[in-house]
Amino acid sequence: MDFLNTHLLSLILFLPTFAAVVILFLPSEESKLHRWFAFGASLIPFGLTLYLWNAFDPNRTGFQFQEQYAWYEAIGSNFHIGVDGISISMVLLTTFLTPLAILASFSVSDKTKAYFMLFLFLETGMLGVFMALDLLIFFVFWEIGLVPMYFLINQWGSANRNYASLKFMIYTMGGSLGLLLAIQMLGVLFGTYDLVTLYQNWNSLDSGTVLLGMPVHTVKTIAFWAFVIAFAIKVPLWPFHTWLPDAHTEAPTAGSMILAGVLLKLGAYGFIRLVLPFYPNEARMFSGALAFLAVAAIVFGAFASYAQTDFKRLVAYSSVNHMGFVVLGIAAAGLAAGTKDAHIAMSGAVLQMFNHGLSAAGMFFLVGVIYERTHTRDLNQFGGLFPLVPVYGGILIFTSMASLGLPGLNGFVSEFMVVRGAYPVLTVYTAVAMLGLLFTGAYILKGIKSVLHGPMNEHWAHGEHKLTEINTREILVMLPLMVLILILGIWPAWLVSVINQTVVALF
Amino acid sequence: MTTENLIWLIPLPPLISFALIVLFTNKNKALSHTVAISAAFLSWLGAMIVFVRALGVEHFGEHPFASSINWLPTGDTWLKVGVLIDPLGAAVLFFVAWTILMIFLYSVGYHNFGQPAGDHDHAGLPPHGATVHGHTVLSVEPMYSRFFAFISLFAFGMFTLVVSDSLLTLFVGWEIMGLCSYLLIGFWYAKPSARAAGIKAFMTTRIGDVFMLLGIAFLYSVTGTLSFREIFTEEILHTLASVPSGVFGLSAAGLIGLLLFIGTVGKSAQFPLHVWLPDAMEGPTPVSAMIHAATMVSAGVYAVIRMFPLLSMDEKTMTVVAFIGAFTAIFAATIAVAQNDIKRVLAYSTISQLGFMIAALGIGAYVAAAFHLITHAFFKALLFLGSGSVIHGMEHGVFHTGNHKVDPQDMFNMGGLKDKMPITFWTFLIGGFALSGFPLVTAGFWSKDEILADAWGHHHYIVFATLAIAAFFTAFYTMRQITLTFLGSPRTEEAKHAHETPWTMTTPLVVLAFFAVTYGWVGIPEHFPVLGPLVNNNWFHDFVGHTLEHVPEAPEFSWIPLLTSLVVALGGLGLGWFVYKDVKSVEQDKFQISFLKNKYYFDELYEVVFINPAYWVAENVIYKFMDQGVIDGVLHIFGPVTDKIGSAIRNYFDVPVVNQFIGDGSAEVAWWFGKNLRPIQTGRIQQYFILSLVVIFVVGGLLYYILTLA
Repeated sequence: MDFLNTHLLSLILFLPTFAAVVILFLPSEESKLHRWFAFGASLIPFGLTLYLWNAFDPNRTGFQFQEQYAWYEAIGSNFHIGVDGISISMVLLTTFLTPLAILASFSVSDKTKAYFMLFLFLETGMLGVFMALDLLIFFVFWEIGLVPMYFLINQWGSANRNYASLKFMIYTMGGSLGLLLAIQMLGVLFGTYDLVTLYQNWNSLDSGTVLLGMPVHTVKTIAFWAFVIAFAIKVPLWPFHTWLPDAHTEAPTAGSMILAGVLLKLGAYGFIRLVLPFYPNEARMFSGALAFLAVAAIVFGAFASYAQTDFKRLVAYSSVNHMGFVVLGIAAAGLAAGTKDAHIAMSGAVLQMFNHGLSAAGMFFLVGVIYERTHTRDLNQFGGLFPLVPVYGGILIFTSMASLGLPGLNGFVSEFMVVRGAYPVLTVYTAVAMLGLLFTGAYILKGIKSVLHGPMNEHWAHGEHKLTEINTREILVMLPLMVLILILGIWPAWLVSVINQTVVALF
Repeated sequence: MTTENLIWLIPLPPLISFALIVLFTNKNKALSHTVAISAAFLSWLGAMIVFVRALGVEHFGEHPFASSINWLPTGDTWLKVGVLIDPLGAAVLFFVAWTILMIFLYSVGYHNFGQPAGDHDHAGLPPHGATVHGHTVLSVEPMYSRFFAFISLFAFGMFTLVVSDSLLTLFVGWEIMGLCSYLLIGFWYAKPSARAAGIKAFMTTRIGDVFMLLGIAFLYSVTGTLSFREIFTEEILHTLASVPSGVFGLSAAGLIGLLLFIGTVGKSAQFPLHVWLPDAMEGPTPVSAMIHAATMVSAGVYAVIRMFPLLSMDEKTMTVVAFIGAFTAIFAATIAVAQNDIKRVLAYSTISQLGFMIAALGIGAYVAAAFHLITHAFFKALLFLGSGSVIHGMEHGVFHTGNHKVDPQDMFNMGGLKDKMPITFWTFLIGGFALSGFPLVTAGFWSKDEILADAWGHHHYIVFATLAIAAFFTAFYTMRQITLTFLGSPRTEEAKHAHETPWTMTTPLVVLAFFAVTYGWVGIPEHFPVLGPLVNNNWFHDFVGHTLEHVPEAPEFSWIPLLTSLVVALGGLGLGWFVYKDVKSVEQDKFQISFLKNKYYFDELYEVVFINPAYWVAENVIYKFMDQGVIDGVLHIFGPVTDKIGSAIRNYFDVPVVNQFIGDGSAEVAWWFGKNLRPIQTGRIQQYFILSLVVIFVVGGLLYYILTLA
């Protein structure tokens, strides 16, 4: 038990990798074994996360369950991990979604061994980013996450997968360049990559200091934008978002679930963990620009989504729209740091990350369910399917409403908090963002209208094309998501209070 | 149980009913409606107990039932949610509980419970009838259970809204109803028109909702609370009124009020967001009654009545409210005159009557607005259910003759239904007279009269005149409707075979008719000739007025508004009867003015100005041009450019410089040296020694020269 308590985070972090290595030694033909083993193995980190959540003390400030091992002593980088109220909610989201995504992948029959190994590696990569308290470790995990996702899209994706996976890879790595340079600069300047130490040293730098032959202000501005662009690509913020519809659309169902559910959050998490604490002044100075990009993502994302005829692309663009609210909250928190508005906006942003993880994963899965049966995602090919698949229809409407931000479900709470936090400081931006909120309704209803409602497309009603109802396994994927969506809509305090404590201490 | 706890429980039964039906009982029709009606009954019971207890509390306005809990942590404080029943809440709860229960009961009959399943009925379409012993009879709704699930959720939303103590939970109930109205208007989702109507309703009201959300965010950031009781304190209201908002020269209170009011404009279908409501007639009739009378549109008016203390802090906002209300009242009333669909007449009449309430509020007639809200809820629910009963009776006739081309909703296919459907007729007559403000006996008279009296008494003559003319139109189109539907002789074979509806449908009509008459008597002004002294005091004004900190003064009694309302009501009714008593067909109707029939072409206008451009911009500008053209275009430049740079480096540096010059070049240099040095490598030791000596002398001499001379 003692070992468990002192190594809890490493266990959660590396168990998926360990499981992946075990899969390597399983016989290649036993697809069923791979599935069940991967599913079972992914449940352990989730169980441990629940234990972690329970043992976590939200009232203590700073990082908890810290572990530190010497890693790269020569340049002062340590393997340092820990969690606070913000990262623990992201860890929970990751370990919660991964088993569901694996369960959703049970219909994959091609190269299952490699598939499930990649999925488990991916989990380690994502968790590492959320836990890292060392910049270099952060960067390493940041990049590790890319590789499995690249192969998942490239090997198990649909028609245009080569283009999409390459775009995803190159684009994200392009952003990483600046990030790596900025990280190196910090490391060279202070001789350490430790976040907790850097927070203090970096911000206590005298503004008169000259760094690398430039005033500290200039250096900080350049480094700020290097960080921002890297994270903006990942979020993705307008106009860095066009990799997302391609990658999401081409990725296999479970890949899209994780991509939208967790990977996008890495970018937003980077803003919260690195950008705002390292560059409070720049964040305040450039909050208008950030808010502008966020609102552009909200409005243009909603419009672009409304324009789609491909169901999956429609959902993909909805992620641009929803993640815009996260960044709007972050921009407001940067501008109003230290005030109540900032706290509400930031808590709302983190909650929105969590909520979007649930509803986007659910939406992508539901698109996958119908795609698996009909082999088309073209909205014009559907129509009036509700009588054929009443259970699926009900679930789709429920999840769509969560995505739309219907009060009583989770999305509303976080959007309300972001709007409330941003309104007093970024009034005009918030007001314009409402246009995006309006069009959220338009594209969600368009999806429901084209798939479920209207005269039935008889093609799916009879014979070999007959559309079959959502099966038990698929319902079991949706059920936990739906329950959590509902709980968070009615009683968000259990999650928000944990986030809120950290937010108040940090911002 | 304490009253506060009971209030918490009121919204729950319908929610549980919704969950039960969706998850478990949806296969069993009888069980589903039993669950739903029991839930509606439990909520009704709770509401009645709360109402009665509220009557027993002294100074209820100062000591309402209230309780709240922490809900959301916000920095170092909590956002609370809770319940509140004050006099206004109690009065609203009373009518909501009654109308909801009646509508639930009515739905059983309306959806043909007990009838056989249809021959060709299909989920998503209205039932088409079943053949029994060679006769076509009405068939049961294929999605019967689903209907009860949806209206249960709707009821949950409305009860939540009414018992809320804060704008946040009010908004929650508000939006849940928005969803339900979408689902219920589009209930027969396989019909493209129903599907479109549902989306139209959702999107139009959502325009209002996003403004309302902004208003809520604004209010919350300025005051730090959303609770009604905390906002409506002198101190906070004065702060709000004195802080400028920076927009249109409004105070913060004015701007917040305006934003919240836009929410109401959407929800209560006021001009210019009125377009969704007539289309909402695509839903089954009990839905129309739910939406138009009992719940959703009332919710909009209820919200502004709730926010009255805030709204009234800014004159400009109040002027806007009064203008929108009065304009809508007359605008919609004129459209109603030219409609032939029995439900559409009522739809426009609803828009118009809501305009009366909004206008009343805009001129500060707080109590009158609330009074008209309640009486209208009763008589409009009655009228909608009555029209549903008529349609149902007509469908009976249509099935009898088998001529499915006859529209059972078109009033020109009716006539003479008085004898076929007596209960429906008499109750409809009561409802119609209440709507027209038939003097003394009907509830509508007392509430409408109070609005006119207030407008006159507080010198809002323009509003007074507008509303008076609108009231005249109201009486006129109502009598037109009654005459065309019930009086005279049947104009079609189908009307001859119409049939009275079952008890589940007529009972609610009778109950609602009772309230459509008697509810007016609780609000008879004290100074009304003869009757005033008889009832001694105006109970409604006393009770609801105390919701506010400063109880509004009832206007002085004046004969002018009273005579006006008598003249417009009786004149309109009389004229309506006179013009339509002999009309045999639609060609003889002089009011089929296409401008009015087409609702002043607002649908077409919005289609051209907003809806089509929005999609065009989304598809062509934002998606195709911006994302795929500009952004991806720039990205796609990187590929070829990188490729070009790569080949340039290869062709102009790697190949000539690195490969040919450095790589190949160094090899060549080595080879050249090798070749040219070969002659001196003879293999003779003597030659090597001599060469070494020469080198040593030369190098030694050079070193000596450099070291000594330098």
